[in-house]
Amino acid sequence: MSDETKIDLELDLKGLLCPLPMVRVSQNITNVPVDGVIRAVATDPGAMADIPAWAASTGHEVLSAGKEGDLFVFLVKRTK
Amino acid sequence: MGEDGKKSLAMVVMSGDMDKLFGAFIIANGAAAMGMDVTMFFTFWGLRALKKNVKTGKTFFGKMLGMMYGGDIMKANPSKFSFGGMGRWMFGKMMGAHNVQKLNEMRDLALELGVNMYGCQMSMDVMEIPQESFIDGVQEPVGVGFFLLKAQNADIQLFI
Repeated sequence: MSDETKIDLELDLKGLLCPLPMVRVSQNITNVPVDGVIRAVATDPGAMADIPAWAASTGHEVLSAGKEGDLFVFLVKRTK
Repeated sequence: MGEDGKKSLAMVVMSGDMDKLFGAFIIANGAAAMGMDVTMFFTFWGLRALKKNVKTGKTFFGKMLGMMYGGDIMKANPSKFSFGGMGRWMFGKMMGAHNVQKLNEMRDLALELGVNMYGCQMSMDVMEIPQESFIDGVQEPVGVGFFLLKAQNADIQLFI
């Protein structure tokens, strides 16, 4: 995903463990408009599997999920 | 599928063990976050997970049970390495060090996320644990028929 993606909300999920990264994304997805994007930063490696699974279940979209140093960074788009 | 077309999870929580309650609430919170309709049916040893820290029991045996298995969810001991409370303390320290939420916080988060929690009427009667001893937000007690209907319609059924 290119750097120019507009971020509507930054979520700091550092230090949170399963299932909280997914829960916090879920609680915050309605805090951005439809088509809005959350940038979430986590330290729990499990989030790499969980947040895409959450998106597959809820119908929202993970634009990117990647490791940046010790951090896991997600861009999540609200689709509805 | 639930009534509104959402996926759903129906869970029996019979255990009052700390580790199993962690599992139950982590799954419930995850499912709720994933947009699922979640039913938790608490029975027998699981009932304490819903309790406030109050005395229960009407009869001699009921009061004795209330004393020996009293308190609230934070009294839950691990299923292994209990050591008369030492295990609970040790796991509490370890989980705290790893920044895991406490058991009562997990339960309260589940309520906040809309998880439906029910006490089993029959075991509440037998163990003399009334609805008034439960925390706010717990639904009125139900029986196994209610649970089975939920389970029939659920996409996932678990027994913990």
